[in-house]
Amino acid sequence: MATPKQEAHWQATKRLMIITLVIWFFFSTVVFMFAADLNSASFLGYKLGYYMTAQGSMLAFIILIFWSNSRQEKIDREFGFSDEDREED
Amino acid sequence: MAKTSKQFIQDLPKIYGTYTGGFLLFIIVMGIAEKMGVSGRNIGLMFVGFTIFIYALIGWISRTTDVDEYYLAGKKVPTVFNGMATAADWMSGASFVAMAGGIYFGGYTYMAFLIGWTGGYVLVSTLLAPYLRKFGCYTVPDFIGARYGGNFARFCAVVILLIASFTYVTAQITATGSIAQKALSTPAFPVSFEFGCWTGLITILICSMLGGMRSVTWSQVAQYIVLIIAYLIPVFWASWKFNLGIFPHVMLGDEVTRLAALEQQYGLTKHTKDVLDAAKIPNDALGNATSLKYIVAGHSAVPAGHEVAWRYISLALCMMIGTASLPHILMRYFTTPTVTSARRSVGWSLFFIGLLYLTAPMLATVSKISLMDPNLPTAIIGKKIADVTQIEWVKNWIAVGQVRIVDFNNDGILQLNEWFMNEDVVVLATPEIAGLPYVISGLVAAGGLAAAMSTADGLILAMANAISHDVYYKMIDPKASVQKRLIVARVLLVVLGSLACLMATLKLTGILGAVAWAFDFAMSGLFFPLVLGVWWKRATRSGAIAGMICGLAAGFAYLVWVGVPNKDITFFMGATPWKDIHWIFVDNLRFGIPGALVSLITMVTVSLVTKPESKAVMDMVDEVRISTGKTVIR
Repeated sequence: MATPKQEAHWQATKRLMIITLVIWFFFSTVVFMFAADLNSASFLGYKLGYYMTAQGSMLAFIILIFWSNSRQEKIDREFGFSDEDREED
Repeated sequence: MAKTSKQFIQDLPKIYGTYTGGFLLFIIVMGIAEKMGVSGRNIGLMFVGFTIFIYALIGWISRTTDVDEYYLAGKKVPTVFNGMATAADWMSGASFVAMAGGIYFGGYTYMAFLIGWTGGYVLVSTLLAPYLRKFGCYTVPDFIGARYGGNFARFCAVVILLIASFTYVTAQITATGSIAQKALSTPAFPVSFEFGCWTGLITILICSMLGGMRSVTWSQVAQYIVLIIAYLIPVFWASWKFNLGIFPHVMLGDEVTRLAALEQQYGLTKHTKDVLDAAKIPNDALGNATSLKYIVAGHSAVPAGHEVAWRYISLALCMMIGTASLPHILMRYFTTPTVTSARRSVGWSLFFIGLLYLTAPMLATVSKISLMDPNLPTAIIGKKIADVTQIEWVKNWIAVGQVRIVDFNNDGILQLNEWFMNEDVVVLATPEIAGLPYVISGLVAAGGLAAAMSTADGLILAMANAISHDVYYKMIDPKASVQKRLIVARVLLVVLGSLACLMATLKLTGILGAVAWAFDFAMSGLFFPLVLGVWWKRATRSGAIAGMICGLAAGFAYLVWVGVPNKDITFFMGATPWKDIHWIFVDNLRFGIPGALVSLITMVTVSLVTKPESKAVMDMVDEVRISTGKTVIR
């Protein structure tokens, strides 16, 4: 059975997963429900709807993964499940 | 052995740094050779020959007889390098050659692929990669087999893997063949498409056969470096040349606005189907190599309406969930040294993929403005047709049937909708259109080849490993010696590669359909069994089997039912004509949606009515969820 520590670690992991997927859903789906309206605004000289599909959401995904990974590593360290300094072979 | 391999890992930045420098030097030498009068054909030949030779050399140096090395590259591929290898594995010939062209003609609606082919990595990183790495499996079906137990579940996963990967790989061999054919042909010694395919396949096999995952990893890193240099240089160069901005990604706002104005001026007028048929414009719904297109979609306009939004979102969702289920991508994360490094390397993968995908819309912009803006010397729209057909690159591409001009209104002036071009030409011809030296065209050919080959490598290896490890070793002969297992694995590589090559040379790709289908097949069958295997303890063997079989069957049945518009494939004759089912806008590119939904529902229902798995399985899942400790299997 999972120890209480493992249980708590998994709860924190699950919470982070949900937050990450909500942000992911926003940039992959919600934004494009309103892309036609966004196109009347502009960003860096690009129409915003066009910009989000050409660059904006992709940049958001890259940042999101690195952010979410650093949070996950923090969770792992907090509960003592970090393998970062593990010998490599 | 252990010491030398550690030394090798430490030396990697130096090795690939030297390699990159050497490649840049090679480009400069070729540039000088061109100035000294070496013909364009020979330069193209040198580029393709030189890079293929390097990949084969890497494949040969990385040969191995160790099972862990063969299947997992010894689990010591550093984070960033694994990111590069995954990016090469991921970006296919289609990404490199066709994506910018798709954006060029399709505009906003096509760009759903950009989101779909990047957003999936968020799912890979949060839901799957670290846990599969902790599991320590050799292949994706290996995870299904160990988590749910029993050979039948494992076998179902192998079948889905084969269907998805095979759909994908033939397109890669076709791309390899056509680029190799173009580069290797000389007027005195013309080369056939078949010859191009088989030559490509032999190199692909040299890169994978001797060292399995290990060879593939190190040649994919080399291929990534070639393809990204080949993609970025022409865009930056053309952007500088036309004074569009030093850094095109943030500085093309004016040009995008200008394109919208030019579209207004020239008019985006659609032809009726009869007009196109009368002019004999080849048109293929599945984006066949011969189809020609003209610009009807606005470059930056977003069409309003729920239908457009839903079509965009549904396509992006299919591609994203498909990404997270494609075995040749997931297996790359089995090769990192630690669980944390697997997770981090997903981020690096997307970073390296982003370098190309963020550039594709900019390439489309630069290419389009150089044809349309009357202030630029390269413009052709609005010019006299008699003059345009005298331009060197136009002549060349017309000769091979990739470009066509039809003067519909007989005014002798080239209108926007009188200019037809194959999608692939956008990337391949941009250097010529912008008047860059031929050496850049040679570089682009080498980049396209690298992209197609690296993906083909990964796919063939994924299929061969699934059969050799999961079917042969785990089911047929568990006592097989290491030597025998590796021989079987290599024979399978040759057999599967040849089969894919045969399909490509027989031009049967039309039957296999679009690359997008691979994503739909994978998500229909594999996504929920994989994700729920980690995230839901209550998932049972029967549930997973039901999810895989029903998901795949439902997706496939939907595909057959909906059929392919404008395409007479009798095998897929949709009993319902396309126009009658527009109520949900789920077409043949999106059949993963019904497939995955059925998979989820059956998997959850069947799991809940069957007995929970044993305590051993529960403990195994608990173990998978933490980063520390030994791998779960072996």
